[in-house]
Amino acid sequence: MSDLLDLTLAEARKKLAAKDISSTELTRAYIARMEATAALNAYITTTPDKALQMAEQADARLAKGEAGALEGIPLAIKDLFCTEGVLTTAASHILDGFIPPYESTVTTNLWQAGAVLLGKTNLDEFAMGSSNGTSYYGPVENPWRSTDEPDKKLVPGGSSGGSAAVVAARSALAATGTDTGGSIRQPASFSGIVGMKPTYGRCSRWGIVAFASSLDQAGPMARTVEDAAIMLQAMAGHDPKDSTSAPEPMADLTASLDQGVKGMRIGVPAEYRVDGMPEEINKAWQQGIDWLKAEGAEIVDISLPHTKYALPTYYIIAPAEASSNLARYDGVRYGLRVDGGSLAEMYANTRAEGFGEEVRRRVLIGTYVLSAGYYDAYYLKAQKVRALLRRDFDQAFEKVDAILTPTAPSDAFAIGENEDDPVKMYLNDVFTVPASLAGLPGISVPAGLSERGLPLGLQVLGRMFDEGSVVRVGRALERAADFRAVAAMVREG
Amino acid sequence: MTEPYRIQGETGAWEVVLGLEVHAQVISKAKLFSGSSTTFGAEANTQVSLVDAAMPGMLPVINRECVEQAVRTGLALKAQINLRSVFDRKNYFYADLPQGYQISQYKDPIVGEGELLLDLPDGSTKAVGIERLHLEQDAGKSMHDQHPQKSYIDLNRSGVALMEIVSKPDLSSPEEAGLYVKKLRSILRYVGTCDGNMQEGSMRADVNVSVRKPGDPLGTRCEIKNMNSVRFIQQAIEYEARRQIEILEGGGQIDQETRLFDTSRGETRSMRSKEDAHDYRYFPDPDLLPLVLEQARVDALGADLPELPDTKKARFISEYGLSAYDAAILVEERATADWYEQLAKGRDAKIAANWMITELFGALNKAGKDLSESPVSADNLGGLVDLIGDGTISGRIAKEVFAEMFETGKPAGEIVEEKGLKQVSDTGAIEGIIDEVLAENADKVEQYKGGKDKLFGFFVGQTMKKSQGKANPGMVNELLRKKLDG
Amino acid sequence: MSLDKATVASIANLARIKVPDDRLEAMVGDLNAILGFVEQLDEVDTTGVEPLASVTGHSLPQREDAVTDGGYQARVTANAPESVHGFYVVPKVVE
Ligand SMILES: [Mg+2]
Ligand SMILES: [Zn+2]
Repeated sequence: MSDLLDLTLAEARKKLAAKDISSTELTRAYIARMEATAALNAYITTTPDKALQMAEQADARLAKGEAGALEGIPLAIKDLFCTEGVLTTAASHILDGFIPPYESTVTTNLWQAGAVLLGKTNLDEFAMGSSNGTSYYGPVENPWRSTDEPDKKLVPGGSSGGSAAVVAARSALAATGTDTGGSIRQPASFSGIVGMKPTYGRCSRWGIVAFASSLDQAGPMARTVEDAAIMLQAMAGHDPKDSTSAPEPMADLTASLDQGVKGMRIGVPAEYRVDGMPEEINKAWQQGIDWLKAEGAEIVDISLPHTKYALPTYYIIAPAEASSNLARYDGVRYGLRVDGGSLAEMYANTRAEGFGEEVRRRVLIGTYVLSAGYYDAYYLKAQKVRALLRRDFDQAFEKVDAILTPTAPSDAFAIGENEDDPVKMYLNDVFTVPASLAGLPGISVPAGLSERGLPLGLQVLGRMFDEGSVVRVGRALERAADFRAVAAMVREG
Repeated sequence: MTEPYRIQGETGAWEVVLGLEVHAQVISKAKLFSGSSTTFGAEANTQVSLVDAAMPGMLPVINRECVEQAVRTGLALKAQINLRSVFDRKNYFYADLPQGYQISQYKDPIVGEGELLLDLPDGSTKAVGIERLHLEQDAGKSMHDQHPQKSYIDLNRSGVALMEIVSKPDLSSPEEAGLYVKKLRSILRYVGTCDGNMQEGSMRADVNVSVRKPGDPLGTRCEIKNMNSVRFIQQAIEYEARRQIEILEGGGQIDQETRLFDTSRGETRSMRSKEDAHDYRYFPDPDLLPLVLEQARVDALGADLPELPDTKKARFISEYGLSAYDAAILVEERATADWYEQLAKGRDAKIAANWMITELFGALNKAGKDLSESPVSADNLGGLVDLIGDGTISGRIAKEVFAEMFETGKPAGEIVEEKGLKQVSDTGAIEGIIDEVLAENADKVEQYKGGKDKLFGFFVGQTMKKSQGKANPGMVNELLRKKLDG
Repeated sequence: MSLDKATVASIANLARIKVPDDRLEAMVGDLNAILGFVEQLDEVDTTGVEPLASVTGHSLPQREDAVTDGGYQARVTANAPESVHGFYVVPKVVE
């Protein structure tokens, strides 16, 4: 494995600027690595020719001194972002052959900053899942293996499982993810990388295949907090094409990175100590608390009393929005069509064959909770509980500057596990969903290894639009943890 | 008060209860939630953006002008403007509905309760309640006659802004329903928010029809969908009311359902394709935020509204002394009212109104022309009225002159000059003619003097005839009396 | 609340997703498990609570009325499974 692949994004950026390396060189190394790690099934589509072309152009701009913030940096894009002229699938059969005639705002921002497209990463179908097991293109394998069962293939988490896996496997320098209920943070935790979901509204949703509009947010998945901050800075920005895009300007995140946590008040919510959570998760969490205390932060016990209701709230709101967002997949204007005698039959056949089982389940649940006579009992009730969840956070943030929790209730599990029971799978997002419902920014930072030698992440949550504090605390944790472990396949090259 | 409308059934008289939902296309350059054009008649799918085609990841952004058009319309209907309104998704599958939902407003519309005044033929008015007005997207168009097994879909209309204007069930005859649509159309055209072109589908009406015995509680209603002419609306109501009465008198009951009016058969029929119970699953569109308006902006829009038909009508009555009926006719279209005011300026306003309504509208009607295409301009018609007023021509001659003006577009004075139609008001000349007439009819003069008073008209007629209609009739009368009676 | 087969079949019809008879039973089980899970919300007292539909607290931005988009028939029909003369084509719709 080329040494080039060990560089972080920040390091690569320096070397590119200093002309120690070229983007073409770096991109070739990543293309070779993509091929070598193809068995992970982390990419749905690779675009090596396009990558080299973009790298060449980046080199030309670097030579002229016109480099953007991500000039020449090879990235992977979750296959939920529409990319002009490049197959975009959302990992669903129903988008068969769909070549968008347009480019999402977030990826446009990245290309304008000079980044290079390596390919489109695998995900749970329409981002619905926590294991990457619902993809029409098959499961993604986590580059990590446990020490006790090294032959067992593990999930990278989901839904941004492909993006997490490519960053962990060194087959992309960084990647985009999207997070609806934890889909960036949970796979980051499972794969030993940094994943950040900004405040709802920071990254434009224009051109990202919608799952649940009031929750979907794009964010970076990278090797370090600094890399994530650099990348988010390029991805984010107000977009008049997205009515929910936030006009608030984002502060320079790299400036707040190394300010330390001295004097910051960090909240530790009692309700995140859930029954049946493995002791090692508690231990990792306590470790994080101790680190921040040692760095001079004040630890404050807080209460987020409605936490327990976050998941049930999410599993009403997200499917309801999804049932409507996915109505456009009808076999008329793009994607798969399965014929039928009538228009209604054509729809029903197309959608039965085009959607996988989990998507069908969620569309049906969403349809039901919105239907006449049930709206108030389910959807409206969930919107009210959502208000209470937000109020919990608002009250907590009167007392603290950031909140520290575990990212996920377990380490990575085996491919195929939890799949027979949808509700059990949903529990993976128990710690990430509350912040999604409230719209808050959050980051997952690798904090250590489980007894089985698998990565465990800690989550930092911040106030609305306060990504600065989130990366500041994340960076402090990262330093204290000094997490240098890599997946066996990376060690072995 | 006119007699209330009743339908005579076998068991007695029935009354009808009607409510209208009118879909009016908003005048704007671009669509409600996308930047593509709204013009009519373009080639298939050329006025379609990625948003209109509901491509994955596409998002709606609202058009400020469409919002303001809805507010203008609301203000013109004296309605409550809701400073906070919400867009909802109405979910259903249809080939010309690319998103699989229509963005509409359900619980919190932009405009609340208002009122519209019907101008009844007897000159009185009737207030009809407006329930609400909301903004929503139009659907695309399906064409079923291009291919034996296929339908063709054109999304050019998809996403064009509509105002759905819902009345209270305050209408009680086909005639009132027609007047309601005409009045609403008039108001929309005054404020410039909808062109009211029913043939092109810019205005379509759904009618809720129920029947009951006078004094009974409301009956079950049926909704007749999507009619694009006043005549069809009235025919459909009559047919539907009779159908319901027949069912009820036969001991049956009405099923609440959606029906279509078959214009060729003059019948309504159940829409079977919509039978699988619709459940629209409305919920707030999470791609959009609440629409918030500043009161100051609403006030500014109100201040910019033109004089509206009801106000104008009242002014025409008080300022020009017109009858309510004539005023209502003249204010229906803003252009007509402006035309009239130009005509009436500095003249006898009532005579001007008469000429415009009777002669000009009659001639235009016969010629199948609009006022905008009138060969007679307001100034020229005014010239004619002036010639009558100053006695240059008589009313009878004026009709002849008007016909010529309508034919040639020439000013009245020129025609009168050319044809020598000037009225003779010279006493000597008229006396000469009278003398000739009396001499030629000495026998009749005798009879008249013997008491046959009716012959007076005969002498007037003969005098006018001899003058080729040019003699001033008032003077003829006066001089004849002097000579015969004096 | 527990769903039966008929209800699930009617939801599936509403959502235009064909669920074959032999899959209906399993779907009923899955959906009931999820509903059972979400019905925990019944415990929460939400009296007087305003529902939260959007988290940023902003109101709707409004764009100017200008034709800035469209005019690309080929682009919007390029991915269509069936299209003729710029139209999308579907099985005949009977009114
Ligand atoms: Mg309606
Ligand atoms: Zn409507």
